[in-house]
Amino acid sequence: MDMKRLILGLAFAGILLGPSVYSRLTKPKIVDSIEESNSKQSEVLDRYGLWFKESGKQSGIEYRHTPPSVDQRLAHIEPQIASMGAAVSVVDFDRDGWNDLYVSNSSPGSLNRLYRNQQDGTFQDVAAEMGLADLNVPGTGACMGSIWADYDNDGFEDVCIYKWGRPELYHNDQGKRFTRVTDSAGLPDWVNAGCATWFDYDSDGFVDLFIAGYWPEDVRLESLEHTRIMPESFEYAGNGGRNWLLRNTGNASFVDVTEEAGVTSTMWTLAVVAADFNEDGATDLFLANDYGVSELYLNEAYAKGHRLREVGKEAGIGNAPKSGMNAAVGDVLNQGKLAIYETNISEEGVLIQGNNLWFPMQDTKLEFQNMASVMGVELGGWSFGAQFGDLNNDGNLDLYLTNGYVSGDPATTYWYDFSEITGGHSQIISDAKNWPEMKGRSLSGHQHKRVWLNDGIGGFTEVGQAIGITDTFDGRAIVLADLQNRGSLDVVVANQSGPLLLYRNQIQSGKHWIEFELEGTESNRSAIGARVSVYWNGQRQLQELVAASGYAAQNQRRLHFGLGPADVVKKVSILWPSGHEQIINGPAVDTIHHIREGS
Amino acid sequence: MSPEQSTTSTSSTIESVKVPGAGEIPDGCDTPNVPGTKSSTVSSLSWFFSLENRFLAPMLITCILLGGQLTFGMLESWSRTFLAIGASILMELMLGRLMVGKYPYLASAYISGISVGILIRSPFVWPYAMCAALSIMSKYVLRWRDRHLWNPSNFGVSAMLFLYPAAVATLSIQWGNSLWPMAIIWCLGAVIIMRLKRFHICLTYVISFLALSYLRTMITGKPWASTVAPLTGPMYQLFVFFMITDPKTTVRTKWGQCLVAFLVAVVEMTLRLAEVIHAPYYALFLVGPAAVAIEIALSKPCKSVSEVETVPARDICQPTA
Repeated sequence: MDMKRLILGLAFAGILLGPSVYSRLTKPKIVDSIEESNSKQSEVLDRYGLWFKESGKQSGIEYRHTPPSVDQRLAHIEPQIASMGAAVSVVDFDRDGWNDLYVSNSSPGSLNRLYRNQQDGTFQDVAAEMGLADLNVPGTGACMGSIWADYDNDGFEDVCIYKWGRPELYHNDQGKRFTRVTDSAGLPDWVNAGCATWFDYDSDGFVDLFIAGYWPEDVRLESLEHTRIMPESFEYAGNGGRNWLLRNTGNASFVDVTEEAGVTSTMWTLAVVAADFNEDGATDLFLANDYGVSELYLNEAYAKGHRLREVGKEAGIGNAPKSGMNAAVGDVLNQGKLAIYETNISEEGVLIQGNNLWFPMQDTKLEFQNMASVMGVELGGWSFGAQFGDLNNDGNLDLYLTNGYVSGDPATTYWYDFSEITGGHSQIISDAKNWPEMKGRSLSGHQHKRVWLNDGIGGFTEVGQAIGITDTFDGRAIVLADLQNRGSLDVVVANQSGPLLLYRNQIQSGKHWIEFELEGTESNRSAIGARVSVYWNGQRQLQELVAASGYAAQNQRRLHFGLGPADVVKKVSILWPSGHEQIINGPAVDTIHHIREGS
Repeated sequence: MSPEQSTTSTSSTIESVKVPGAGEIPDGCDTPNVPGTKSSTVSSLSWFFSLENRFLAPMLITCILLGGQLTFGMLESWSRTFLAIGASILMELMLGRLMVGKYPYLASAYISGISVGILIRSPFVWPYAMCAALSIMSKYVLRWRDRHLWNPSNFGVSAMLFLYPAAVATLSIQWGNSLWPMAIIWCLGAVIIMRLKRFHICLTYVISFLALSYLRTMITGKPWASTVAPLTGPMYQLFVFFMITDPKTTVRTKWGQCLVAFLVAVVEMTLRLAEVIHAPYYALFLVGPAAVAIEIALSKPCKSVSEVETVPARDICQPTA
């Protein structure tokens, strides 16, 4: 018996402590300094096939985001209330064939930036001369992001700037100037918006506008009527802002069809992506909701008069409430199916929600399974923006994620107070005056970013620190864009109360690529909703052209495909939103193709 | 919650009759005393809520599991909870056979498994199996004078939270922040706990927590609403009703039990002042075994029956009068 007890005791100690000791001994070293990571550049390029170098200043981008202002009664928790607004979108606003950047600021009186691509690796801010700078006029709210599309099909991308305040619509006058058309367009007076997107929900050839509320629309954060403005629950809150689905009449005006379309939830929505998830030709909506479950609206436009039906639970994505903050789509296994990446919160020892990779099952029923853990893309800290893109042109979509909520004093944390009050009754949690003062403490701040490289067979490897992504700002929006028309995806990151970072991507030679710029004729001219499949080397990759992607971000309109060492593409299939399919056989690789619908 | 409910009933039974020679609480000695036997005069409903219903605790925790999952989807997944239950039962069977030579009664392991499945939150699969295994193993390894010292699931959950913070968190807000789940737990819990004559433990703890949270407010300057907030959430009620009432983490006399509940609240307050997020688990982890150890040390050694022995209850336990 004694021997048995001894053996049992040893086994117990081994199980209890063994894995912990092992994981501490084998924990990978974090590359903390840029100098250290630079010294390994050539080695890393050989190993991973890419290398990033931050070059914002050298490129003429000297910009720092400033946060929204809030009522004095929120001063004790201001860092977490005013924790959003750093946004960036990619647009070729002047149609010169080079991607430009539009960056949102948020403090009263602060200026937004429109960085025109100078075609020599540098950018110049032309927001003021274009009429897109002064969007944070006191009393009109704080900018949260911008979303671009050619709403009148005149060939130039227009912009909706959504705010915690009055949303604004600007018409692009031939790339020479922007004209404010908010009032005549019929946009709502005030939306505390978390996100917005353009999509042609009724397939009439004109893009429609969707805006999702975050705070309820009767809240004015700069001058509160009362302090009962917080979510009523950390995971089951339904007291957020309302949604707005604004149908484009085709006559430069919009009509509110939210009720008849059925998109009437009042969740705390932070991200939206519109794509055809059930492949029926109509664009659907995925909403990533903070403090609650995600929502999936299937577009039954053809069957039931342009109605969007919420099917989150039956599709498997609406069961476990988390803190949805990002929505991006990608064909991660080159199977011709779009998976959805949704970010949440993971804080060691406190709250491990884990991010979601909603992977479509292969059967006929629309159903998703969360494969984030299996594929290794689950833990990313307090995750915000994330985007899919083939960063090393190996033919597989990689994943770039930014994170960090509030970086205060790194030696302190607000997590204890945060977890204490969020476990309380809704009457307590929903009143801001009950929240303990933050006192400059961090709340999941100073976090390292993640870059996951896709091995193409179901696994991702995190290499962010190794390939030069060493910043620890509070990241919000990410965009991927070929900023120099050289066939590689550069990365731009907007940081809350921090600088705009431009990571230039250097890819190992010998990797091929192909890019497509689409122009609709029967479909909306921006070609939003077009699905492009590239067939090469026995593989097929699907990409859908979407407006909003990630968090408070919009990627380049151009679709980029890495091909690996293959220098031949068998064919390309383009399914336009109009329903027409266009096939291009044997297009040239390492080329940007401009495709016009029907040509 | 872990074997607490099961062992609570057992403990109370034995306390009432003080079976000579039985000494220690035998997990699993409470063979069902169904209506029609010695308690046939007791109504079915009374019997159902009585100490003699060995299925009461498993049924209660199963109801909590189903209620929480079907209304709020509180589990990480069904499969992980089933894994925890399976690992717990398998470990109990193996160790019971190995250490005692008999297959033990499995209600306790079932409850421990469910507890782990509810309380542990992890994106990985392995913590569920590991926590369940550690919980059961702790009963067989961490013993003194044939009594185990820690509440099994409290030990397992605390160990996982402390040693594997990168992989494990605990259930906190997955039952929402509204009143009705809390009310249900209060009603159900109060009925059960009062029948089991342990409501004084809950009451002592709640009053202590309220008073000490006010003291924390005085010390830290934080709003009282925030310091008292945990007690107003549904998940905390599970801790109040079904974890601190476990006889394994407390002592046998009524005033001793109140003192232990108070000390749990005091240690918890100390940990909360140090901003330890999992303060209640750790407070119970520290106070429970210490109290039991002191009680053992002060009591005379007596012949005891192994907790995991499957001695037929009728041989050592008598029904309450």
